This record gives sequence, C-alpha cells and structure tokens, in this order.
Amino acid sequence: MDTGSLDQWLVLALLGLPLAGFGLTALFGRRMGTKAWIIAVAAIVAVWVAAMYLVDQTLFQHAYGDGGLHFRLYEWIPAGSFQVDVNFGLDALSAVMLIVVTSVGMLVHIYSVGYMAHDPGRWRFFAYLNFFMFSMLLLVLADNFLLLFVAWELVGLSSYLLIGFWYRRRSAALAAKKAFIVNRVGDLGFALGIMAIWTTVGTLNFGDVFTRLPQLLASGGIQEWQMIGICLLIFAGAVGKSAQFPLHVWLPDAMEGPTPVSALIHAATMVNAGVYLIARTNPLFAEAPEALVVVAAIGIFTAILAASIALTQTDIKRVLAYSTLSQLGYMFASLGVGAYVPAIFHLVTHGFFKGLLFLGSGSVIHSVDEEQDMNKMGALWRRIGITHVTMLIGSLAIAGIPPLAGFFSKDEILGDSFKNGFIWVWGIGVVVALLTAFYMFRLMGKTFYGPSHVDPHVEPHIHESPKWMTIPLILLAIAAAVAGLVLGLPFDGGLIHQWLDPLFSATESVLGHGGSTFQIAGIDGVLILVSTAVAAFGLFAAWRLFGFFGIGPQAARVAAVTDRFKGLYTASKNKWYFDDLNDLLFVRIGGLLAAGLWWFDVHVIDGTVNGIASLTQSSGRGLRQVQTGHVQNYALGIAAGLIVIALGYIVLVTR
Amino acid sequence: MTGNLDAYLVLSGLLFSIGTFGFLARRNAIAMLMSVELMVNAVNLAIVAFGTFVPELKGQGTVIALFVMAVAAAEATVGLAIVIAIYRNRRTPLVDEYSSMRD
Repeated sequence: MDTGSLDQWLVLALLGLPLAGFGLTALFGRRMGTKAWIIAVAAIVAVWVAAMYLVDQTLFQHAYGDGGLHFRLYEWIPAGSFQVDVNFGLDALSAVMLIVVTSVGMLVHIYSVGYMAHDPGRWRFFAYLNFFMFSMLLLVLADNFLLLFVAWELVGLSSYLLIGFWYRRRSAALAAKKAFIVNRVGDLGFALGIMAIWTTVGTLNFGDVFTRLPQLLASGGIQEWQMIGICLLIFAGAVGKSAQFPLHVWLPDAMEGPTPVSALIHAATMVNAGVYLIARTNPLFAEAPEALVVVAAIGIFTAILAASIALTQTDIKRVLAYSTLSQLGYMFASLGVGAYVPAIFHLVTHGFFKGLLFLGSGSVIHSVDEEQDMNKMGALWRRIGITHVTMLIGSLAIAGIPPLAGFFSKDEILGDSFKNGFIWVWGIGVVVALLTAFYMFRLMGKTFYGPSHVDPHVEPHIHESPKWMTIPLILLAIAAAVAGLVLGLPFDGGLIHQWLDPLFSATESVLGHGGSTFQIAGIDGVLILVSTAVAAFGLFAAWRLFGFFGIGPQAARVAAVTDRFKGLYTASKNKWYFDDLNDLLFVRIGGLLAAGLWWFDVHVIDGTVNGIASLTQSSGRGLRQVQTGHVQNYALGIAAGLIVIALGYIVLVTR
Repeated sequence: MTGNLDAYLVLSGLLFSIGTFGFLARRNAIAMLMSVELMVNAVNLAIVAFGTFVPELKGQGTVIALFVMAVAAAEATVGLAIVIAIYRNRRTPLVDEYSSMRD
C-alpha cells in the first residue's frame, strides 16, 4: 500500500474513536459523575481533526483522484455466491458529508456538556451520542449496500435510544417507538431493494452495482420496470429515514428527545441520510427518470405540506421540526429534478443553520425554565443576547436572505428546477420559500420581540446559557453566515460544484441536464430576484404581524387573519390530520382487521387444534373405564367376543 | 365305540359352558383355575370323539388329546405358581381384590 495506508488508518479511526468512546463512557461514565463527557467529547474532537485531514486530502489535494479512496477491511460474508466485504469508500460526496457530520457533531457534543450538566443520566447521553456518531460515519463511509443498511439501522437505533432518552416520560417513550416503527416501513422497502439488486447483479458493492445495473438494462438483461422498481424501493428507505410524506409523522414527535439530539440527529445529520442515499445511487436513478419524478413530487409535496403546518404550531421545537421536513422536501425535489449538487449543497447549509436554530431553541428553552410553548415566551432579545443574535442569523439564512447560506443553496435548487423544465416544482418551491420566511419570523417574533408572556415566577431567572452552549452557537452562526459564500460563489462554479460536479456529471448528462450556462443578467438573475423578493415579502409580513425590533406585534390583526381562514388554520394546527388519519387507518381499522384475524386464529385455527386434542383426550378417558384391572371382566370380554364370533359364523354358514 | 358323535359333542359343550361359567363367576383364583381345567377337558373330550367318529382323523385325535393334556398340565403349574405368588403378596385368593393391572 502506498500513500493510502495512513489515510486508510485514519478512515478506520473515524469509526473506531467514537465506538471506543461509546464503550468507555458506557462502562465508566457513571463513575465519572459530572465529568462523564470527557471521553466522548475528546473522541469526537479527535474524529473532527482526522476528518478534516481526510476532507483536505480528498477535496483539495485530490490525493485519491476522482474515484476516491476505496479499500477492503476484511471479507465479511463468504457464503457461496453471496459475498459481502466490509469495505469503505471516501469520495467527494462522503467528504462533504464528513464536513457536516463531524463539524455539527462536534459542536453538538460541546453544547451538550452545558445542556446536560444537570441531568443525572448524562453518561448515558454521551455514550449514545458517540454511538450515533459511529453509526452515522459508518453510513457515509460504507462502500456497499449491506454495510450501508447496517449503518442505516444503527442510526435508527441510536435515534430511538435518544428520542426515548427521558424514558420515564410517557410521551418520549411513545415518540421513540413511533419513530422506530415508522422507519421500519421504509426500511422494509430498502431491504427489498437491496435484495432485488443482489438477485439481478449478484453483488452489493457500490462501484460494481452502478456500472453493471445500467449495462444490464442496456443489454436487455432487466426490464425498465425492474429498474424503476429498484429505484422506488431504495427511495422508500429514504422516505422513511428522511421523514418524507407519507412517513413524515415521526419527526415532529421525535422532538421529545433532548434538544441537542434534535439538532444533531433530527436536523443536521441522520435525516439527511435519505438525501445522501439517493445522491449516492444517482447512476441508478439516471436510468429511471420516472422514479426521479416520483422523488421530486414527494419532495416538493412534503415541502409545502410541512411548511403549511409550521405556520401554526406553537411549540418552538415543533416549528423547527416541520421546517426541517420542509427543507428536506426541498432537497428531494432537487434530487428529483436532477439537480444533485444543489441538493447536497442545501444539505450542507441546512445542516449548519438548522443545527444552529435547534441549539438556539435549546438555549431559549433552557433560559425560560424548560418551557417550549412560544405563547409563554416573548421579549427575550434583551435578556439572552447571544442566543438572539445567532438565531436571527440562522433564521435569515433559512429564509433565503442574501448573502447568508440558505440563499445560495435554495436558489440553486429553485433555479435548476426551473431550467430543467420542472416549472411546477419551481412554482411550489417559491411558495414554500414565502412560507419559510414567514414561519421563521413568526417564531422569532413570538420568542424574542413580542410582549413577554413568560411565567412571572420564571421571569427573574431568565439567564443566558453557559459558554459551553454559546460558543457552539457562535461557531455555527458563523458557518451559517459564510458557508454559502464560501461554497456557492461564483454561481454555478463555486467550490461545491468543483468538488461534486465530476461525481454527478455522468448522471446529469444521461438526464440531459447541466448543459445550460449560468446567466446572472438573464434567466438566473430573474429567478434569484423572484425568490428573494418572495422571501422578503414573507419576512416583512411576519414582522408586521409578530413584531421585530422597532415594529410592535399586532395581535388583533393576527387574530383577524386567523379568523378569516378558520378552516385552514385548524387544519394546519392539527397537522392536516395525518396523525388522526393514521390513527383511523392503522389503529382503528387495522385494529379491527387484526381483531378479526385474532378471532379467526383463536376460534378456527386454535379451535381445530384444541378440538382434536380434546376429542382424543375425552375418547381416551371414556375408553379407560373398560380397563378395570379385574381379570374376570377381561375374561367376560373374551367370552362375549367368542360367542359373537361363533354365532356370526353359524349364521353365515347356515344361511 | 357305540352311540353317536352328537351326544359326545353335547356333553363336551355342556362341560365347556360350565367351565366358562365357573371361570367368569367364581372369585377364587383356585376355583377359576379348576374351571379352566374343566374347559380344557371338555375340548379334549370333543377331540377324542372326533378322532373316533371321523374316518379321516382315525387315531390322530388321541395324539392331539395327549398334547392338550401336557399343555394343560404345564398351564396349571404356571397358573398355580402365579396364584401362590399373588396370594403371598396380597394375602387373599379373591381375584376382584387384584386390580393393580388397571394402572
């Protein structure tokens, strides 16, 4: 092995360090008391350093070429023709994911030191958090479908453990279960997709699958519908993990977990796994444009659905959760229209600003004594200055105000949708941009600017969070502010394009996109103006209604608007009744069906079995009476039998 | 020999029935064994009668009868031995007290 050798060890260290941190914290964390975070945080800082070195090697030095670093650790499953290795791959896409995962991961770990300082279960928390980091890094580094699937399930498990971290709270335990079960639905599809891939090409390695499956399709080895089927099954897994419609119901409930978990797992990293998966399997989707249309439709529908729900929620974390759904919808829409680089770009920027917003909301919640209802907040901007400023930057970033990060990535998505001929995606996307700006500044207004509704007992104790929490906020705010400028400029030729274009260019040319050049004075300039204007309109509307520095909120007008659209308001407030629909379909109707089957099982199937058993038993019990043990009874039986036989013989013979 | 076969067979049937009745009705094991002997001898009588009156069996009936006697003697020996063994165990010759075969 040449220069790769050290780098291979570093890749393994990325996985080994958090795993070791998990093991050590789980074993000794309880005894370390308030210092339980030391091992876990040290492990993640080391991981971040190693990851940054590898990112530099991959993206800036091009040490591994365009294909990236691929190596096999050992042969995992040698079962006849079914052969799977434990092999890892580090290419530009993995490297970009590494930036988000390790950076946000490290900052969330540091933030958690402050956030979980008073929780007696902190050692458990840090152990789980390290375990999640291991799983997520395995997910982005895996180089075959089965290893990816294992990581896929491991992140699901860590998500379950962390949502249910406060397991004594019934709602948290239920939310954890809901997340796990809803994810199972998608994972079933993903597992079937992997099996379908194996039966068609006989290998699970990414590189082999991506070359051989399109070849098979071209040579007629498989039909087009099989290709579309495989893609849709993979997409089913992505829908579950990334909480897209109709499996989106678990993510808002997942907010029952501690806020750092919401930031790390349910905003910045794990929920992006679905986007990563579709981007990773782009050579397959290139051969199935019909599947891509489905991806785009589901994505943009989720985006507008979730944005419309976020308008009316009052729990600060739930607003952010629906916002996450909506932004993930953007990413899927972007993948669906064939704009892969903007999707990953948005993944990166969203990872930073949504991580920031969640950590900020945690800081807010912390300052008002664990209150999450925005109706019991207000006028906090003077009291918790750092949190306010950082959250303001995050909100402006997500609203798409230039020159913050969200503007660049969102505009690329909208622009590419338009130019690739998906006018409907663009149209809905623009509406979503309007709603996004509006609900984010509704959140800001209710929390920071409007009149204070804080509980009078809590009011005197409002305090800024400790440095452990504010420093990660500041760092993330810087990232959210400049990530777009650094990665996205110049338009259509920025760093992110230089990194990722080689990876997706084949797919984009198969799809027939990517030919157009960027015209700031032409169509692209107009599109940017439109979406920025729309975002600004949403922003000002929210300022007028919910307040901003100098502008007072207008509660009366809010009430009037709410009254005017009463039906829409209640529908949005009740999340378009999806939970009730699921309750009706799966709990009530499904329950009835299950009860019917249960009845059939108990009465017909068990009845048959038990009937045979009891028939045998009772006949045996009856026949036992014959067995008296008295020799003369037996003799009588013999004699009677003899007489019957003799008489029968006589009758037969003499007839 | 004089007379006819039917008379012998009727006598044999009567003896067999008496033996059967005795076997089924008597509770004393010894008496039951005696009844068995009676049945065996009834059969023997029938065999000898057949041997005398049926031309095809000329002389062979007596041989069969001798065999039957030998087997009956052996059977009586074994039967008495069993009865004595049970008697030692249970201190009673009455068969309806012996019901351990039921279990």
